[in-house]
Amino acid sequence: MKSFTILVVDDSNAMRSLLVSTLESLGPVTILQAPNGFEALRIMPRQEINLLLTDINMPDINGLELLNFVRSNPLYKELPVVIISTEGSRKDIEKGLSLGASEYLVKPFLPEQLLEIVRRFL
Amino acid sequence: MSAQSPPAMDAARDFLAEAEEVVEELSSRLGELSDMAEQGAWDPDLLNAIFRDAHSLKGLAGMFGFAVVSEVAHHTESLLDWLRMGKISLTRQVLEILFNSAELLATLMRSTLDGTLEQHREAVDAHAGAIAACMAPAGSSSPVSPLQKLGLSAQITGSLTDYEEHRLKENLGKGRFIHVVHASFELLTFDEGLNDLTSRLKGCGEVISTLPSVGENMETHIDFDLLAGSDLDREQLAVVLDGIAVDITFSGGGSVPETPSVPESVKETPPTELLPETVGSVAVFPLSSDQEVAPVFSGSDEPLSAKSMSRTVRVDIGKLDELMNIVGELVLAHSSIAALANRMRAEGFSRMAIDLGKAAKGLDRRLGDLQKGVMDIRMIPVGQLYEKMSRIVRKISREQGKKIDLKLFGAETELDKLIVEDIADPLMHIIRNAIDHGIEAPEQRLAAGKNERGVVRISSYQKGNHVVIEVEDDGDGINVEKIKKIALEKRLVSDISGLTDKEALELIFLPGFSTADTITDVSGRGVGMDVVRNNIAAVSGMVDIETWPGRGSRFTIVLPITLAIIKALIVFCAGRTYAVPITSVIESLILSPADIRTVEGREVISLREHTLPIVRLENFFRIERTGICPGDQYVVVVGVAEKRLGLVVDDLLGQQDIVIKPLGGAFKALRGISGAADLGDQRTILVLDSGSIISELMRSGGG
Repeated sequence: MKSFTILVVDDSNAMRSLLVSTLESLGPVTILQAPNGFEALRIMPRQEINLLLTDINMPDINGLELLNFVRSNPLYKELPVVIISTEGSRKDIEKGLSLGASEYLVKPFLPEQLLEIVRRFL
Repeated sequence: MSAQSPPAMDAARDFLAEAEEVVEELSSRLGELSDMAEQGAWDPDLLNAIFRDAHSLKGLAGMFGFAVVSEVAHHTESLLDWLRMGKISLTRQVLEILFNSAELLATLMRSTLDGTLEQHREAVDAHAGAIAACMAPAGSSSPVSPLQKLGLSAQITGSLTDYEEHRLKENLGKGRFIHVVHASFELLTFDEGLNDLTSRLKGCGEVISTLPSVGENMETHIDFDLLAGSDLDREQLAVVLDGIAVDITFSGGGSVPETPSVPESVKETPPTELLPETVGSVAVFPLSSDQEVAPVFSGSDEPLSAKSMSRTVRVDIGKLDELMNIVGELVLAHSSIAALANRMRAEGFSRMAIDLGKAAKGLDRRLGDLQKGVMDIRMIPVGQLYEKMSRIVRKISREQGKKIDLKLFGAETELDKLIVEDIADPLMHIIRNAIDHGIEAPEQRLAAGKNERGVVRISSYQKGNHVVIEVEDDGDGINVEKIKKIALEKRLVSDISGLTDKEALELIFLPGFSTADTITDVSGRGVGMDVVRNNIAAVSGMVDIETWPGRGSRFTIVLPITLAIIKALIVFCAGRTYAVPITSVIESLILSPADIRTVEGREVISLREHTLPIVRLENFFRIERTGICPGDQYVVVVGVAEKRLGLVVDDLLGQQDIVIKPLGGAFKALRGISGAADLGDQRTILVLDSGSIISELMRSGGG
């Protein structure tokens, strides 16, 4: 099985570690973490990423801006992006989908819901 | 919910730590916002940061199954959302609700630990009600979008969040110019350039959105489009951005506002005491093109690692305690080696004994370093307490209509984290008292010829092995006669004729004492000064009061720097061994029975022309002395703050490092004991708490 790398972008440490511990149950995947959009942009050129999971509401570069960048860069044209946000930010989720997000998750979600979505991209 | 499954357990711990941090941050930002609002203008970035705090807390709590926390955060978030979107204005009433929200969240966070969340149902519902009342139904005002007229590319408007769109409209509404600045940075070092650009733009307006994009050299470069609002037109902006390679690819707006900057709905908000109309105003920073840029991200010359971004580690204090215990045991093990070396030398193994002695010395030095290293990790600056205290002062002065300046000194003074935590409540209570009973109402102050703003001053400094925290107020002082009267009325004392003012002041620390004519919401909440003193004594601290009629009072708290490992004098008395923390020992001397005099039924000796009360340990602990009477006895003079006492013991066994371990709950009530310590030879001894022995003897009065 060829290696699969997921980049998790969220400004909350607890949220990231919850996502990571859930994703680890998938088996041999590499999980990278970034605490904000900036760090994500620093990591992306240096590592091959197969899936991007990003929060929307983050300081500085938000999830939508990150998504917009990913979609406009031919290098990442095929990269699946899953956006994560809360019910209250429904509008932002819709915007994300129109910008080309592959999937979305509404917080709070069950670990199984996350895994189910991620498995589709493995 | 299934968040409790094993892999999520670590994450749940992280949640508590992080959520606590978020609540702290939210509160301190609210304080900032309140200060700014009082000055008349607040920064929309700050409000947005507060919104984000509530937002993350909601998401976090929801994910980890704390529905109640999530619910409160949700309501708070909605209110903040209306605020940042300009749907309601920042009134005193709204601020009040926000402060209450932060406090409720903090309370709930504490309750998640002991599972009593549901007990706060009533408060949670009341909170929701208050917010619902604040958010009157919005007149569905959808102003004609000025955005189309502006003619920004869909590329840019397409990735604005709801909030960013609102900021854009606000800037337009105020007649600002809207610019899009395009920049291209090297992939590896883009953060430096981007930070520089961002801070220059913020210097002359607001950065609404930072949009990464793809340029011509996407292998080596990353491009950004920054959407900014500014009073400067294109030419002026070009001057500010001089020296960095950017293009201003779009400029628009800058006309007389056509739509009102504040939507109609604002005017329908209930007529409460309005702060100066501040919705959407921006704190404009002085323009300076050579502004220093604070580096926000770690320098790019650091070796790249995608795994760890943070340079700090959050550690459970329990793990540090464990480590400290091990260090303590190592120190003990070392003592036995050193003792062995001494014995060997005495018994004639001289060469080996000397070598062993040397090795032990080396070990001692390293152990010292290790001990200091572990200690340093536990130390945190007292300044962390100050943030909490300034919130409380703000809250109380708002509630009571008193004007108070809080002055803080020595925030960098370091103290053991556990002590800092244990001292927060007593300190808070002392401050509440100072404001409640000490500082007068503004009219009263003016009448007394004082500034109408009262001053509460908290200063911390290190003094030897102790940290001193002083709380001073410039209020009316404590009325000693009133205290005596109340103590008599409440039958706390039987005779006040012989009491000095200083002794009378001590009466307020007696259980059952409260001078408040009416119990106010503030000081009346919960505890009396006796609890304050006990809480401070529980961390081996002492509290002392001074007061000057008409000019104010000062509470002085003296604390040990750490409780974890200390030097102690080991003493022997009536067949038992005790440890006396060296920090409280002033001197020790041989007791000659001829020196003992009796004053009012208590034994005292004369020490350098001062009378020193003495107490025999066996009497204090009511131990029957069996066997022969000891020969020479010793007096260990202990003192905490200004008080002195001589402990009479049979023998002094020397100094030693000890690790104090708390006694179980059953022994909590024991006066005079602060814990137990292991001597390293399988013997466990009790550690004396000089502070509580002194206050216990003072309490028992004239004997």
